[in-house]
Amino acid sequence: MFELTEDQRLVSESVRRFVEERVKPQAAHYDETCEFPWEHVKGLAELGVFGMHFSEAYGGAGFDKVTGSIVIEEVARHDASLALTIASHNGLCGGHIDMFGSEAQKQKYLPDLATAKKLGAWGLTEPNSGSDASGLQTTAVKKGDRWILNGAKNFITQGTVGEVFVVLALTTREKKQHGITAFILEKGMKGFSQRSIHGKLGMRSSDTAELHFDNVEVPAENQLGELDQGFLNTLQILDRGRITIGALAVGIARGCLEEGRAYSLDRKQFGKPIADFQAIQWMLADIATETDAARLLVRRAASLCDQKKPFSVEASKAKLFASEASVRAGMKAIQIHGGYGYTREFPVERYLRDAKLLEIGEGTSEVQRMIIARHVLKS
Amino acid sequence: MKILVTMKRVTDYERKVKIAPDGSHLITEGMNFVANPFDEIAVEEALRLTKAHGGEVVVFSAGPKDAAQQIRQGLAMGADRGIHLLTDKELDSDAVARLLAKVVDQEKPDLVILGKQATDDDANQAGQLLAGYLGWAQGTFASKHEGLEGPEEKAQKPGLAIEGGKVHVVREVDGGLETIALDMPAVVTTDLRLNHPRFTTLPNIMKAKKKKLDEVTAESLGVDLSPKVKMLRFSEPPARTAGQIVDSVDTLIHKLKNERKVIA
Repeated sequence: MFELTEDQRLVSESVRRFVEERVKPQAAHYDETCEFPWEHVKGLAELGVFGMHFSEAYGGAGFDKVTGSIVIEEVARHDASLALTIASHNGLCGGHIDMFGSEAQKQKYLPDLATAKKLGAWGLTEPNSGSDASGLQTTAVKKGDRWILNGAKNFITQGTVGEVFVVLALTTREKKQHGITAFILEKGMKGFSQRSIHGKLGMRSSDTAELHFDNVEVPAENQLGELDQGFLNTLQILDRGRITIGALAVGIARGCLEEGRAYSLDRKQFGKPIADFQAIQWMLADIATETDAARLLVRRAASLCDQKKPFSVEASKAKLFASEASVRAGMKAIQIHGGYGYTREFPVERYLRDAKLLEIGEGTSEVQRMIIARHVLKS
Repeated sequence: MKILVTMKRVTDYERKVKIAPDGSHLITEGMNFVANPFDEIAVEEALRLTKAHGGEVVVFSAGPKDAAQQIRQGLAMGADRGIHLLTDKELDSDAVARLLAKVVDQEKPDLVILGKQATDDDANQAGQLLAGYLGWAQGTFASKHEGLEGPEEKAQKPGLAIEGGKVHVVREVDGGLETIALDMPAVVTTDLRLNHPRFTTLPNIMKAKKKKLDEVTAESLGVDLSPKVKMLRFSEPPARTAGQIVDSVDTLIHKLKNERKVIA
């Protein structure tokens, strides 16, 4: 848990080299323009990142969660938006199909997802249902050999660039969240439309959209997992997703540390590098300590998950601490940079904007505290 | 065609190296180790050659247990198998060349490709010594007519051309490029502008675990690893002294002439 294995070192070096050579020089450009970075998606897909968790039989790399979190950290170090694209594609959409799909569904969808020939998206959140899954309003009604979907989803990552969608809908209304089922939708199905969401604070080159379902006919064989088990399955997907979000936060925090260190050694005031001042040193020490603590929490949760032991509370703790630590790291990194840190001349203001999402997406900090407190009081 | 390539484990060139207080050695504790970038180019070239002509690529490294990681990296790039000479000793270029000569006796490759130097000691000798021990032709500092941005490189074409039992090597020499033809078997060392090594893909890293990696010892090869080169002392380069600002060109010339005596 504390030392990387040989494969993990090779994986992190390979991804780091790609990210430093290709992704880093353009991260500010994609943030500024909000364009979707297809070239990096293609490049990282050739590296095998887009199917890293799928089994080798479906074109994946068969990575465990610890190794996957190392990959996410490396990408997030320079481009958190791109890391979010990989995370949601791999973990949410692909992960749901990989964990709960039938053999036929896996064979149909995973190979194209593994090579990013098609990008995947996952739709749970709705305009009126975020933290409260019991407020889900999208419905699916069986009609012959088809399901008819109606409703809407919001804040869906890869909503417009995605081609394969896992969508959660109410199949037994009176059972509320215990009457939810997952379905696989494809872009282009009649009545299924997407609308891009613009003007985000951060994660600007990650694609976010609203989804609308107007009597979308979905073949019965596209039902994913058992009837009315969608919510329980979703909790398992979310638990894993939280480890990934934690890893993403670790990547951002590491970026804040590395940029803060470099700037403090370079910038001179009062005749010496500002790194010589204790005020700056303490900020660097705090970022370094919190980044390490966050990484250890993430690796513990990932390692428990890989050992098939309970990891839900550990994942919540990792996600909560890492995301909040990344925001604190962003604030401190800007402070170290002073006036320059407040501008787009340096990347740290982007790191802070990107980090803020991590306290919200895949379960807000408040939801994580609720889960953790429930566990504390129950045990 | 069989190609033997080297993959040396070196200290990460992006990190600052620390010297022991008494100057007797470098502090490697806590250091990050990577594959020698020149050797990565050698592996890449070998893979391109076997893709064009068929054959096998064998990766060799001499070093401690952990050096297996650098061999695995070569295997993950696409090499077929590895040979790891296990030793915790510091090796000089001559010892490496004598070890490689023994491995060549056993493996009988058509080509040995090495990085022209390693980024730790920058010795730039092992390839030349190996060719000497074997009595083989050598083509050092292999480069490419095309730049790394050219279409040849984008198509991942090898920079070494093999025709009629000869290997044609474009060499970087002072003032330009020179092309030589070597009888095979031959030893080639690689320069930085020969190719742009591929990224290792994640599935290939997993597959590399299943490839064969043999461990051998210097005793089993009958090679004495005692160094012929003695490392006397490590020291930091002298710190730069503060410059002077002069008020006129005349003063500058006066100082250069009379104080520093660097111009007549």
